[in-house]
Amino acid sequence: MSLGSAIPQPLEEERAARPLLEVRVVVKRFGNHEVLKGISLTIAAGEFITLLGESGSGKTTMLRLIAGFEQPSSGEIWMNGSRLDTLPPYKRRVNTVFQQYALFPHLNVRDNVAYGLRVTNTPSIEIDTRVIDALRMVKMDSFASARPATLSGGQQQRVALARALVNRPLLLLLDEPLSALDANLRKEMQSELKSLQREVGITFLFVTHDQDEAMALSDRIALLRNGALEQIGSPREIYSHPATAYTARFIGQTNLLRAEIRGGVATCGALRWPTSAPDGPAVFSLRPEAIRLADTVADSAAANPSAPEARFAAIVKQQLYGGASELLEVECGGQTLRVKISARGPLSGKQDFIFSAKDAVRVTE
Amino acid sequence: MYSRAYKSFVSLPPLVWVGLFLLLPYTLMLAHSFWVVRDGFIVHEWNLQNYRTLATNPVYVQVLLRSMRIAASVTLCSLLLGYPLAYYLSFYAGARKEILYQLVIVPLWISYLVRGYAWKTILGSDGVLNGFLQYLHLTNAPVGFLLYSPFAVILMLTHIYTPFVFLPIYAALEHIPRPLVEASQDLGASPFKTFLRVILPLSLPGLLAGATFAFVLSLGDFLAPLLVGGASGTMIANIVQSLFGAAYDWPLGAAISVCILLITVTLLFFTERLAKRWAFR
Repeated sequence: MSLGSAIPQPLEEERAARPLLEVRVVVKRFGNHEVLKGISLTIAAGEFITLLGESGSGKTTMLRLIAGFEQPSSGEIWMNGSRLDTLPPYKRRVNTVFQQYALFPHLNVRDNVAYGLRVTNTPSIEIDTRVIDALRMVKMDSFASARPATLSGGQQQRVALARALVNRPLLLLLDEPLSALDANLRKEMQSELKSLQREVGITFLFVTHDQDEAMALSDRIALLRNGALEQIGSPREIYSHPATAYTARFIGQTNLLRAEIRGGVATCGALRWPTSAPDGPAVFSLRPEAIRLADTVADSAAANPSAPEARFAAIVKQQLYGGASELLEVECGGQTLRVKISARGPLSGKQDFIFSAKDAVRVTE
Repeated sequence: MYSRAYKSFVSLPPLVWVGLFLLLPYTLMLAHSFWVVRDGFIVHEWNLQNYRTLATNPVYVQVLLRSMRIAASVTLCSLLLGYPLAYYLSFYAGARKEILYQLVIVPLWISYLVRGYAWKTILGSDGVLNGFLQYLHLTNAPVGFLLYSPFAVILMLTHIYTPFVFLPIYAALEHIPRPLVEASQDLGASPFKTFLRVILPLSLPGLLAGATFAFVLSLGDFLAPLLVGGASGTMIANIVQSLFGAAYDWPLGAAISVCILLITVTLLFFTERLAKRWAFR
């Protein structure tokens, strides 16, 4: 192998691995209030990543820093290997879908979508075809001459999407775009958004406070808490291996068990299960669906030593019917646990429950 | 719901007001414009004599055209001052917004006459401005055209009507949702393009309201030309005033008033239609 051909090889690989967006230790202060406390985050090209958090967690501020409406107090943001945070918003290849859509009321749908192309002096023939394509993509081509005020929330949402995507941004920011829609439309738009993202291949950075939405849509979720990154990972990772008690509670429902470990056995009230964690106090997260009724013959058989199980008896206090599943609230030695089982008739009194020890995931407080 | 008696009771005072102080005077004015003065008395003889005089005697048309020119200049100058001021206050003033807003409004509390006399003091040949120019040795003798000229009238009326132009424009700018401005920049428009394509179009109704105020109010103004206008700054309202006063020709004065009224109403009709078309929300 010659030296000449050997050299470009690593460069090629490096480019493929280089992230689209890099947030480097970004701090944002408003007066004395620190809204973002040193966030670092990298986003790969083509990813659907969600910033999830309660209101006040800093997720919208993060979005506004990337869009350029706010400047970081310290730290840097890089995109495709060049500095982003020093550019004004109109020079960034980033587009935003705003929470209230922010469609221009004095322009019709076509002109709203064409806006970005017109202000950047795109040839008019190209504008026409691109606008039509974008409107067709969101199924709004028959509304081209309508004024935004005459459209429903869902339709305005589609126009806002087309208006952003028509510019072919490297990164699309979506600021709680579905929060103004009613429940059914919201579900519909979620799946459309997901397929749209696959179709156009543009990186989506989605902001929401709705954990179900985040789980359904994202390749990765970045959970923010009080301006700091709590955990980042795929929805499955975060759900099955929450790092902290906060994550476990915020993403899905959970039972937090404050246990004492001694000699490889964790004890929490009447519950006991084997663990490999060292001795001392520890917090475990046990998902409601990890607990099941121990009423079948298979369950009454001796515990499989390769997958140790824990058994306990509890009194059913409440039973909430939810169609395919039901949520039980059971009491066991003074502590209340939530149990999610597939729907079966009414339950009452003392029942035996069982869970697999590996489903009790150790989390930090 | 309210009883019929209650409804007529509350609507009576405004109806009486409008009838007594608007409809009656307008009817009298219209009637007078078709009468004539003979031997020092107003004769109730219906004819078009006054309108014929207006059409044939070039003086009236000249003064009317001059008045419209002055009103248009005042409108333009107040817009050039008022719009940037409103734009700055609404978008860039930040914490200073409230105090600056009050400073724009304060002149409205001062009597029109006082402000007129103040301009006289500033512009006159022994005035502050001339004194200053001579102190700087920019001129040797007082500059004459400052006072008693159309220039002085335009200056004073601009001073008086700029807050009236500022207010509706400021209100319109304040009503523009800020996310629209961010959306525009997000889509690649520089601040200048954002102004041209989003802010200006959305503030047009306010701009139109302000311009209409300035034009209509200046067109009918008679105090500014009386105080600082001189012979070359005479406006149509001064003619009306003298016809109703010293000249004692009420019918001709009324005919001119009818003409001004027609011009104003036509203007308001078109601006109203424009405003409707420009109202986006």
